[in-house]
Amino acid sequence: MGLLSGVAVVAAAVLTVSGCSTSSSDDSGGAQTITVYNAQHESLTQEWVNAFTAQTGIKVEMRNGSDTELGNQIVAEGNKSPADVFLTENSPAMTLVERAGLFAHVNQDVLEQVPSQYRPSSGNWTGIGARSTVFAYNKKKLTEAQLPQSLLDLQAPAWKNRWAASPSGADFQAIVSAVLELKGADVTRQWLAGMKDNARTYQGNGAVLKAINAGQIPAGVIYHYYWFGDQAKTGENSDNVSLHYFKNGDPGAFVSVSGGGVLKSSRKQAAAQQFLKFITGQNGQKVLQTGTSFEYPVGSGVTANPKLVPLPDLQAPAVDPAKLNSPQVTELMTTAGLL
Amino acid sequence: MDANPSRRVTARPHLPVVLAALAVMVVAAAVLPLGYVIAATIDTGWSTAAALLFRPRVAELLTNTVLLVVVTVPICVAVGVTAAWLVERTQVPGATVWAVLLAAPLAVPAFVNSYSWVTAVPSLGGLSGGVLIASLSYFPLVYIPAAATLRRLDPAVEESARALGATPWAVFFRIVLPQLRVALAGGALLVSLHLLAEYGAFVFIRFDTFTTAIFEQYQSTFNGTAATMLAGVLVLLCLTLLVIESVVRGSARYARIGPGVARRAVPAQLGWRYTPISLLFLALVIVASLGVPIVSVFRWLAIGGWAVWNWDVVGSTLTQTLGFGLAGAAVTCVLAFPIAWISVRHPGRFSRGLESSTYISSSLPGIVVALALVTVSIRYLHPLYQSVPVVIAAYALLFVPRALVNLRAGLAQAPVGLEEAAQSLGVAPLTAIVRVTLRLAAPATAAAGALVFLGIVTELTATLLLAPTGTRTLSMQFWSLSSEIDYAGAAPYALIMIVLSLPMTYVLFNQSKKAAGL
Repeated sequence: MGLLSGVAVVAAAVLTVSGCSTSSSDDSGGAQTITVYNAQHESLTQEWVNAFTAQTGIKVEMRNGSDTELGNQIVAEGNKSPADVFLTENSPAMTLVERAGLFAHVNQDVLEQVPSQYRPSSGNWTGIGARSTVFAYNKKKLTEAQLPQSLLDLQAPAWKNRWAASPSGADFQAIVSAVLELKGADVTRQWLAGMKDNARTYQGNGAVLKAINAGQIPAGVIYHYYWFGDQAKTGENSDNVSLHYFKNGDPGAFVSVSGGGVLKSSRKQAAAQQFLKFITGQNGQKVLQTGTSFEYPVGSGVTANPKLVPLPDLQAPAVDPAKLNSPQVTELMTTAGLL
Repeated sequence: MDANPSRRVTARPHLPVVLAALAVMVVAAAVLPLGYVIAATIDTGWSTAAALLFRPRVAELLTNTVLLVVVTVPICVAVGVTAAWLVERTQVPGATVWAVLLAAPLAVPAFVNSYSWVTAVPSLGGLSGGVLIASLSYFPLVYIPAAATLRRLDPAVEESARALGATPWAVFFRIVLPQLRVALAGGALLVSLHLLAEYGAFVFIRFDTFTTAIFEQYQSTFNGTAATMLAGVLVLLCLTLLVIESVVRGSARYARIGPGVARRAVPAQLGWRYTPISLLFLALVIVASLGVPIVSVFRWLAIGGWAVWNWDVVGSTLTQTLGFGLAGAAVTCVLAFPIAWISVRHPGRFSRGLESSTYISSSLPGIVVALALVTVSIRYLHPLYQSVPVVIAAYALLFVPRALVNLRAGLAQAPVGLEEAAQSLGVAPLTAIVRVTLRLAAPATAAAGALVFLGIVTELTATLLLAPTGTRTLSMQFWSLSSEIDYAGAAPYALIMIVLSLPMTYVLFNQSKKAAGL
């Protein structure tokens, strides 16, 4: 009696579990489904997916993770990868997958929606958004006169235990890749050594912002949209924080391009390209302008949310997004003892 | 051999071949992650491996991890033994209530505990924070076997010692504690293995250990070499702990010689001098390990209001977690069964070898097992990659020894003589096994399943790495929300995980009362 009901329960469990996760690959006529390896913030991509599915009827399954985790996973999977589209927050992971030869060429009409400085010249992937590096500081702990002039100033002993970052995250590693590209390996190595001595590490830019706000550390290096996003909610993690933009083409003014690409191994090329076209088109970029992500739009001439500092005013250094090298960054950071 | 055939446990010495083959296959699979780490190390070559291993960062991680274990385990043992003593051997008021409450912290996953404490005391961090949270989350692993053993100790030896003039403290340290050695060694080992494998709890308080570093490396390089090297060091640490435990455990066993039956000890009177302080101690432990998480979770729920209860997501994550938990528990018990059968019915060197191998592999953290399975499935078993069977396989590899302990205890309560009696009455052999042995072993099997279910509900790292795209379990959902500092949004999932785990903890607690030690 007990045995029979036990077996029934277990059988039901196994059926439930197998039913939950296999829905995507069987598109027998009717609605198609594409698989997106998504390293962007889940809430933002979900907004894109909802609007896209409403417009085209194509369903999207997201696998969430971080830039380099998913990028390396795609490289390890090779041409048997189940992914159709890869979306990232920063460019190094896109370059990683491109160098492994796994991207399909993006359709011309999609490429034309994005200005050339926000995509690589190879045309194997495109920019879908951008974010600016900022120096966030607690208004009560630092005055304007004490702010650093350049990102590289932070390696000086004067900044010991006075700034924070999240080195395990792809965001900060993208910033390091910009330093590497702009200043070379030697300067980067020295800066990272200084960072190891001076900086306090947190897991995630959100945690860094929260700590700065709470006064646990006077300042930190993060991306701009965390502050704007928190201000738009309750402000409990950012009311005491101000943002300082380095400008003047300093590595600290680096604007990181979020990327989107279609995998060569995808069996739903048309649908995948359609998804990229939607994201970089008017409706997709408007999500960045009016939504809660506060990242910068890059496509279809859509301007940024009025609360943000306009992109041209940031005086970002000119960096070719295709040249940012993540394996070397990982190696440098591992040697410095940050990873 | 016993004169009374119905009490005979071991069977005829000839090993059932099919069962032995099955057992060997399970053990071979269990040793796979260890093999992967060794193979990857050899693959990397000594110079690269040396460069990745002998660097300041690894020294930092090693210091943190070793200090964590060395400080937390004695605290857990002290708290666990004191609590067990107070509850089982004294007349402290409300002993039955305390007994259950002290086992309940097992239902609160360590990462939920950490999330609650970080809310209550935001500046908590570093080694002290890690030790606090780890002690509060894991002391029940020592308390439960200690309480079970204390309950069954023969008081006759203690009474003789008192009669010969020993003080109560001398009796405790010279008579009681040595008899607790096996239970304490096992409990301490479990605590240290959990500490080595813990990820979520230490991320909240920014405490870097090997497992958090492996995860960070994984996030930067997927299954890159540095991650595997760190995993290798972690494996070495685990094996060292296993060796230490078997040394501490020793081979001495305690049994009653002579006629008569062991009585239950008379609970000591605490009197007005010691009762308040005992109650204070117990209350403090419960408030810190249960009170803080529950209050924090409810506080976040109150702050979030009904908006954080996204019923679609709650429903689907709950269904998926239940599905994985039940399927995983069933598969694990089935896989552990051949090994348990052989070790009870045909004990000997073969069965001891089987058990030791599973024990070694289970001491590996979830992330190492997951990395191994990911590599194997990408390279050799591609159709299985990112599929449900791989996740269930990971759970089985991680939890077979937990199931084994209870299954063994259950089968030991089903003497083969009863089965033979059934056969002599005309029942076919297989039917006899099902109707007699399995029925008798059913409660213990339920406990085994409950323990595995508990492990699966709170499992985070392997699930994050292996789950098929589109899977969302409670722990994954909690983790993704709390990583974005959306603590209020994560609270419903924390609550559901705790509620799901409570019945299982109760089953486990009940079963432990019937079998001394883990």
